[in-house]
Amino acid sequence: MRKYIIKRLVYLVITLLVIATATFFLMHSLPGTPFDEDKISNLSQEQQKQVYASYGLDQPVYIQYFKYLKNIFQGDLGTSTLYTGQSVQSILAARIVPSALVGIQAVLVGLLIGLFLGIVAAYRHNTSMDYLTMVISVLGISVPNFVVAALLQYFFGLKWGLLPVAYWESYASSILPSLALSFGVIAQIARFVRTEMLTVLQQDYILMAKAKGISPVKILLRHALRNSLLPVITILGSITVNILTGSLAVESIYGVPGIGSLFVDTIKANDYSTILGLTLFYSAFYVVVILLIDILYCVIDPRIRLAPSKE
Amino acid sequence: MQNIELTEDLFCPAETDASDREKISRPTRSAFQDGWIRLKQNKGSVIALAILLILVALAFLGPILTKYNYYDTNYKAIFQTPNAEHWFGTDKFGRDEWSRVWYGTRISLLIAVVAAALDLVVGVTYGSISALLGGKVDSVMQRIIEVLIGIPNLIIVILLMMIMPAGIGTLIIAMSISGWVNMARLVRAEILKLKDQEFVLAARILGTSNKQIILRHLIPNTVGVIVINTMFTIPSAIFTEAFLSFIGIGLQEPKASLGVLINSGFQVINSQVYLLFIPAVIIVLIMVCFSILGDGLRDAFDPRMRI
Repeated sequence: MRKYIIKRLVYLVITLLVIATATFFLMHSLPGTPFDEDKISNLSQEQQKQVYASYGLDQPVYIQYFKYLKNIFQGDLGTSTLYTGQSVQSILAARIVPSALVGIQAVLVGLLIGLFLGIVAAYRHNTSMDYLTMVISVLGISVPNFVVAALLQYFFGLKWGLLPVAYWESYASSILPSLALSFGVIAQIARFVRTEMLTVLQQDYILMAKAKGISPVKILLRHALRNSLLPVITILGSITVNILTGSLAVESIYGVPGIGSLFVDTIKANDYSTILGLTLFYSAFYVVVILLIDILYCVIDPRIRLAPSKE
Repeated sequence: MQNIELTEDLFCPAETDASDREKISRPTRSAFQDGWIRLKQNKGSVIALAILLILVALAFLGPILTKYNYYDTNYKAIFQTPNAEHWFGTDKFGRDEWSRVWYGTRISLLIAVVAAALDLVVGVTYGSISALLGGKVDSVMQRIIEVLIGIPNLIIVILLMMIMPAGIGTLIIAMSISGWVNMARLVRAEILKLKDQEFVLAARILGTSNKQIILRHLIPNTVGVIVINTMFTIPSAIFTEAFLSFIGIGLQEPKASLGVLINSGFQVINSQVYLLFIPAVIIVLIMVCFSILGDGLRDAFDPRMRI
């Protein structure tokens, strides 16, 4: 176990280093400067030099690179050029709460509705409830989340005027973005739980429980659900990706002041250091979540061997 | 009950021909035909395939059916609702939405199919080299994959889109650079499984060259996995393209793709909602059909599902 975790941690560090390096050099091969062309050309040569020097942009690329790596290890992600004078980590810290709120709500809603649909669909296999679940899950997996978000905004916000859209004021503002993000999660979980439940319900111990006269609800919740829930952990990784990607578009659509909309804004503004910081943040978050999921799975289910067997 | 008297002379031995017995009574079917027959029994897949074919046909024929093209502006006719002249209405520059939508569908499909094809070539080559050479080469190649798989795909695509000028070719390249990893893993696993099976050993004993074994035995047997994976790559490429164009770093106007159209429809969601609905419905149809067809193909080509 320890050996496995150490090995995974080494990979984690290598992956992040590769990402940091690749991102850094990609950003520096970009055409143009991170400054507004019109404004910077108004400055004198001397002033321009000072501006570049204050961001460390006057040094050779490799020195900037090593400085960047050193700073990362000290938790310093650089200074934003779009939000002048603010450090990237402080912008991140300010933006993380709305993103976390929306993301966590989306996962919770997705889990609850997805589980419910999955269980009911398996229990009432081949009935209209089952077909409805299948339709929902096919739609949820195929419909792009920004389309869902745009449609929800149209109906709930504009047509029926039920919920606020495109600004962030009260808790109510977080409802629509969470719903838009949860749609894909509902679909993934419902589909997965349904398949798992169908397999488990055919096991001998379910037949045994039935023969003993245990009520169907008890069988479903006590015997079947517990065993179908374990594998759900394996799709948490792809759900994380789903939420992370979705947050870019959904947050921009609803004007959530979160990390996703920040990423889109900084990309449009060529804000190197913030893009670098956010890329690292996203990747680190993703890699750590995947590692935690893998470890969690092994801890919960002792049948899974930690070291991957040789194929 | 009727009583029939059975006498000895009613029975006689059947005439048999030894060579007849060995004859294969049904026509032989290749694995592909077999899969096709099973796919045809799946109603959902057939409908999905039909809708996809109609959409593809419209994507190529649609713009020809009307006299307007996708880039001509007409400031006297902006924001027209769908009517006899402009079947899907017009956009903010008075461009005909019908031809824009179908042109956009064509571009989206083109990007997705080419990206999926590149994924396929790179992935299959990488995966089979890794599996066949084995040893040190394999472990180095696998370590590379393990690092790559840790990076969220979309991040790579976004970064690449930033350093390259926006365009169809760029989108395709950006998507293929990050997209081949999955295919490579699948193909490697499949070939490793096949490599040690008896029919390969038999071929080797008969003196078949390595190249022939790869081309004639290993690759044909992985076709199922490859086809199915491609069917799932295409919709995800359509999604990525639409997503990038939607957040504004994919294709740019006046070029059209489904993402560009949804984005410009979204800008006028307050007044001209049909400009959002039409491309949204088309992208949803494409994605749903590919997803159903992919599931159908998996059921049809997965030999373990055979009853």
